[in-house]
Amino acid sequence: MSEHILLRHRDIADIDKIQVYLAHGGFEALRKTVTSLTPAQVLEEVKASGLRGRGGAGFPTGLKWAFLPKDVFPRYLVANADESEPGTFKDRELMERNPFQFLEGVALAAFAAQAERAYIYCRGEFWDLTRELDRHIAEMRAAGWLGEHIRGSGFSLEICTHLGAGAYICGEETALLESLEGKIGQPRIRPPFPATYGLYGKPTVVNNVETLANLPPIIARGAAWYRSIGTPKSSGPKVFSLCGHVNRPGNYELPLGTTFRTLIYEVGGGLPGGRTPKAIMPAGASSTLLRATQAVLDTPMDYESVAAAGSQLGSASVIVLDETVDMSWLALKTSRFFKHESCGKCTPCREGTYWMLRLLEHIQSGQASAEDVNMLGEVAGQIQNKCLCPLGEFAIGPVQSGLALFAEDFQRHLSQPAPRAEAVVVSEHA
Amino acid sequence: MLADKYADEIRSLLEKYPAERKRSAVMPLLHLAQREYGYITRAALEEVAELCGTTPTEVGTVAGFYTLYHAQPAGRHTLQVCTDLPCALHGGEQLAKKLCANLGVRLGEVTPDGLFMVEEVMCLAGCDKAPVLQVQDAQGIHYHENQSEDSAMRLIDDLRRASKELKA
Repeated sequence: MSEHILLRHRDIADIDKIQVYLAHGGFEALRKTVTSLTPAQVLEEVKASGLRGRGGAGFPTGLKWAFLPKDVFPRYLVANADESEPGTFKDRELMERNPFQFLEGVALAAFAAQAERAYIYCRGEFWDLTRELDRHIAEMRAAGWLGEHIRGSGFSLEICTHLGAGAYICGEETALLESLEGKIGQPRIRPPFPATYGLYGKPTVVNNVETLANLPPIIARGAAWYRSIGTPKSSGPKVFSLCGHVNRPGNYELPLGTTFRTLIYEVGGGLPGGRTPKAIMPAGASSTLLRATQAVLDTPMDYESVAAAGSQLGSASVIVLDETVDMSWLALKTSRFFKHESCGKCTPCREGTYWMLRLLEHIQSGQASAEDVNMLGEVAGQIQNKCLCPLGEFAIGPVQSGLALFAEDFQRHLSQPAPRAEAVVVSEHA
Repeated sequence: MLADKYADEIRSLLEKYPAERKRSAVMPLLHLAQREYGYITRAALEEVAELCGTTPTEVGTVAGFYTLYHAQPAGRHTLQVCTDLPCALHGGEQLAKKLCANLGVRLGEVTPDGLFMVEEVMCLAGCDKAPVLQVQDAQGIHYHENQSEDSAMRLIDDLRRASKELKA
């Protein structure tokens, strides 16, 4: 893409300074919104743009806002900046390098939701980043873009950051709200959804950082322009986080619908040593693995096409795995993560992730029987569709697809120990 | 007492939330306690509970759930090495082992001088700059990316030197 719409810091130096942001059209969308638009008009424009949530679910953003009940106040806008999926590192760059576009997006979403208070929930490790955001929020207020009656309008807004403390589950929106209320981060039973019963039981919109960063260009340039990027059902630009066995890992802004081949080879420089890819995880550690066939490499990365190929686009965190990767080792790594991050509220996830990890350690130790491999598949099957939140499904993605596509990587350990087993240290989380 | 030493900071933390929802400040106040005491002490649970209008048991539940709050005294600097999949593909596991070997400790063990502890942690959102580690201490939490054994040991030397200068 010639011009960056989201990663604008790559085109414009110092756009993290408020004067530079202003000089390049910054806050024009917010000015136009508070002085000449109604919340309903902003909602309609965002609906018309086709913007879908960039946190992983791909749910239409305008529709999510439209679920807010009429005439119930106060309302809250919450930015989900709990970016924790292994393989995902886009929101961090957006907030660090192009912070005002994100913050302007927060203000636009708050206007549409008629919320006078917005919280940004940052993962606890984003300590430095959160302090910078606090500074930028103060600059916005000093310049009259936050506070009482912004630009002389009837709209008032305060934005506050809130720091988490190390819990992947808080990326799930109801767990995030519990955490923001000062409780342990366990998902709520839904319905009710946050739109009707959110923060402090009030109507609440929770949007991902990248979703919010899309709003200023949509309002400034219009839904029709936005729809000209991407595919008819997956419109707009997307920040793809590319990592694993690739020469140029990093974030790349490309239209939705770009192929894996373009991302991995043209943009990412291919694999080190000219090796061939064995598998791709399109959505970070929770992905259903895709075997890296020619057909898969030519698959467009939009929500529908990746689903049709048998996996998920999710937050578009593409992990490239070359032929040296043992998929039973990979399943052990992802299972260790999900076992550690399971919040413990529902039994299938809490017990299931524990047993998947135990079985995978056993398989990697070279002591397992074929029956143990079958049992691994059975345990995964007993997690499927039985959990309160998506974490259970996330945990079984790499395990089930690993067993289905790369059975030999599991079978091979049954008679001999795995060479990488001793490198794996499982730390118990108290 | 946190309330005396950090009166302004605590006031601005509490102001972020509606007056009747002070419990929302539990996590930021626990971060303050973690920085001040190096771990979450029994007294800190009581202080935070008092400030937020809740009970020490409720605060303890929160402190126990989240990994960045420590129940035991840690090293002055906790070196948290990511060993999740993307970092593991680039030597994160070996890095954690080497740091332990060089410091003569096991994972979760504090060095005899009380300065360092090595922990394995989950993904830090720096996968394109793997392997990644972060340092948690009284100054907060800071990232160190594209790490090697050499760069991490230089970082440890720098922290050790800074600590000696502080003592002197």
